[in-house]
Amino acid sequence: MKSDIVNFASLAPAYPELILVIGAMAILMLGVFSKKSANASLAGIGIGLLVAVGAIIIVFPATGVLFNGAFIQDDFARYMKTLVLAGSALALVLSVSSAVEDGLDKFEYTVLVLFATLGMMMMISANDLMSLYIGLEMQALSLYILAAMKRQSTKATEAGLKYFVLGALSSGMLLYGASLVYGFTGQTQFDKIAEVIILGERSIGLVFGLVFLLAGLAFKISAVPFHMWTPDVYEGAPTPVTAFFATAPKIAAMALLIRLVMDSFEPISSDWQQVVIFLSIASMVLAAFAAIGQKNLKRLIAYSSIGHVGFALVGLSAGSLVGVQGVAIYMAIYMTMTIGLFACILSLKNENGYVEEISDLAGLAQTRPFVAGIMAIILFSLIGLPPLAGFFAKWHVFLAAIEAQLYILSVIGVLASAVSAFYYLRVVKTMFFDEPVQKFAAVPNELRFIMAVSGFLIVTYFLTIGSPLASIAKTAALSLF
Amino acid sequence: MILSDNILSIITFLPLVGALFVLLVPGNDAVALNNMRRIALATTLVTFVLTLIMWSMFDPSNIEFQFVQNFEWIGNVIGYRVGVDGISVLFVVLTGLLMPLCVLTSWESVKKRVREYMIAFLILEMLMMGVFTTLDLAMFYVFFEGGLIPMFLIIGIWGGKRRIQASYKFFFYTFVGSVFMLLAIMAMYWHAGTLDITQLLKTEFPKEMQTWLWLAFFASFAVKMPMWPFHRWLPEAHVEAPTAGSVVLAAILLKMGGYGFLRFSLPMFPDASAYFANFVFVLSVGAIVITSLIALVQTDIKKLIAYSSVAHMGFVTMGIFTANVYGIEGAIFQMISHGFISGALFLSVGVIYDRMHTREISAYGGLVERMPKYAAIFMIFTMANVGLPGTSGFVGEFLVLVAIFQVNTWFAAIATLGVILSAAYALWLYRRVIFGALTKESLKSILDLNTREKVIIYPLLILTILFGFYPAPILDTISPAVQALVSNYSLSIGADLLAH
Repeated sequence: MKSDIVNFASLAPAYPELILVIGAMAILMLGVFSKKSANASLAGIGIGLLVAVGAIIIVFPATGVLFNGAFIQDDFARYMKTLVLAGSALALVLSVSSAVEDGLDKFEYTVLVLFATLGMMMMISANDLMSLYIGLEMQALSLYILAAMKRQSTKATEAGLKYFVLGALSSGMLLYGASLVYGFTGQTQFDKIAEVIILGERSIGLVFGLVFLLAGLAFKISAVPFHMWTPDVYEGAPTPVTAFFATAPKIAAMALLIRLVMDSFEPISSDWQQVVIFLSIASMVLAAFAAIGQKNLKRLIAYSSIGHVGFALVGLSAGSLVGVQGVAIYMAIYMTMTIGLFACILSLKNENGYVEEISDLAGLAQTRPFVAGIMAIILFSLIGLPPLAGFFAKWHVFLAAIEAQLYILSVIGVLASAVSAFYYLRVVKTMFFDEPVQKFAAVPNELRFIMAVSGFLIVTYFLTIGSPLASIAKTAALSLF
Repeated sequence: MILSDNILSIITFLPLVGALFVLLVPGNDAVALNNMRRIALATTLVTFVLTLIMWSMFDPSNIEFQFVQNFEWIGNVIGYRVGVDGISVLFVVLTGLLMPLCVLTSWESVKKRVREYMIAFLILEMLMMGVFTTLDLAMFYVFFEGGLIPMFLIIGIWGGKRRIQASYKFFFYTFVGSVFMLLAIMAMYWHAGTLDITQLLKTEFPKEMQTWLWLAFFASFAVKMPMWPFHRWLPEAHVEAPTAGSVVLAAILLKMGGYGFLRFSLPMFPDASAYFANFVFVLSVGAIVITSLIALVQTDIKKLIAYSSVAHMGFVTMGIFTANVYGIEGAIFQMISHGFISGALFLSVGVIYDRMHTREISAYGGLVERMPKYAAIFMIFTMANVGLPGTSGFVGEFLVLVAIFQVNTWFAAIATLGVILSAAYALWLYRRVIFGALTKESLKSILDLNTREKVIIYPLLILTILFGFYPAPILDTISPAVQALVSNYSLSIGADLLAH
């Protein structure tokens, strides 16, 4: 195993991570030794670094298993890492215009986002319970600080603390599960665990371990009943940070969950499928009803993201190639919609600061038709109405569920999506049907650009990225089978 | 030929191009608004001409799909496939015909947010064209359901006082109805391995599966149609929608349900269709009688016409599920003719609404003294709505009644009763609005039809009477396809009877 360290070329599959960690360290040093005025350009360098790493992943398809099987780079990891990097980079772009007000104009912000991203890439590539935990904690610790980044705000501090306490609890459950799995199989590497399970009989302790592992991960993707932290943290954290929370970490945790259940627990798939089906139904239904009463936009988005995790899990419940492909597509579309939605919200600033209440959006279609138009497109897409991208996301996951004959799950799912339409439509109604009450400041250009691109992709999904994305996601999913 | 190969795609996506141009018109002054209206009108007119060209190139004797394009697309599951046959071709032409009229009727009555309005209508036209031309089941769903977005906005932004409730009701009834169809479509994919409608039409589904699939499709189409008792959203949507919105709703959107029954339920699930036929008859007869009675007591003109639409759709569903040639031809004819007649009736209501800004029947009376031309036209369409011989309303209803008489005398008898009831509410409405003494001050200065309104209504008038006396152009187009449909249907039912 010495050759791994000595022969630098054999580390090729881990180059993206290595470059990211070196770059992040460099930015940390630059930040410490440069003036405060340079912080904005450091954020720019950080965005450039993320884009560069993403480009390396796309252009150089180096795959393989490293570090005694603890680290795996395959097509699935490449796909998910690209999404995570895009999500992180876009979240950094979103924070540019509001950095001063949200207390994000510190170089630590950029560095923490980069370290969190690194942790997420480790999660995606984790092929061992140890590396799983290291990656998970690396991103989680960075996220706790990010949530409380706006130090003067009590809400943000509360959000950070809540996130930390509950996150520590979930990490504890995860560790407990991992130790049970290790205790009953004697292995920590995913594929070796599967080998042991095939040979031996299904012991109750192993199932216990599995359930604890799933509970810990369900917390990270904020699936019901482990979702309590989400609305509070989303509301309290600075809005660009919320945009980050809602995209990259969820994608990474979802990727980790998929790899864990598909690789190591494939032989006892009926056991974890039950759990995933429960998480899926609970998330879809609870989010659909709980969001109806929300007045705060960020809390609404929090419940909406819980619901969407439920829909993504519909695909995983099937436990099939089509299902994993569906989840992969779902996460990509979900990220596009979420980033676009946050760009809309961040572009709405009145004399009292950034808009947070739904009622502030009244008559937006007349005062800011562009923002309102894009936001309406995204909201209709979140409902899952064709021909927008959100429909095709749901199409892929439900197609898998029907193939696996999960009819009850599917029926509950589509009904939940009908209920969820209610709260999305309320926002559309406020923007389009009500009369305007307030004026908004001009929209920053970079947000305008992000909105335009996400709106374009969502509307033309069928004609443009629909087919290529489906085939890329299929290649990604195939590497798990 | 480039045109004939791509004509359906051009027809479908031309409105989208028009919408893009409307979006790009600079400024918001009177000139710009007029330019937007002109672009919308020109687009819809060119689309209409193209649909006519397509109809003229259409070969009725060929029962296969024509002008076909077929590409695999998303994940080799969903494809881009288009084509028309005798059943769908006329709906494309009907959509093409009515859209320019809708744009014209909104010329002056829509003053706020003209840009969004025209874009919404053009996108709606694209989606409706897509519904009738697509040959991919998933794409059918995409177009069918996609129409919710523009229609929701049209009712909610440009509607009347209770528009928000109406738009929500419209949205949720239709959305909840169709989600089951989505799951059924997926189940069909896994059974047949394709979403190509031409292939699915040749696929035999197991009997029990047919029952579930039929119910899922029924949930969607029965709401869209709408069949009694799933019609609750329609009167409100009609009343609150702007005139053009009501026209599109009554004349085209409702027909999607009937089209869906003809395209999917009957040919793909023949056993289930036979099994559920009586159930449909009961609902249809219920629609004809009950909603006619409800129409009698309405005080709002638009609501009355809305209920009468539900009653007329009852004839359509009844005709479709008789599954014989007369019934289906009658159903299609009724749908086309109801497109003219209900469209024209809503346009007529729009004419007086634009002048008086009320739809209450009691606010009118004696209009014949000030608006003789209007009175004459409204009379003809009222008669056509009742089904007077010599108007297109008669042909469809007559064919359906003949068909249902062959199947079940009782249903025929009750349905005929419905015809009498429809005469009652329609004529009574006419008497209260047009005749009587002109006593109300506000009505004394009301003006008769202007040129724009004549341009909108006269074409529909001509068509209503033309097809009343000479229905051949429609029947010749649909007849071979209907005969093929019926013979395939009886074959699969008969084959089943032999097997048992």
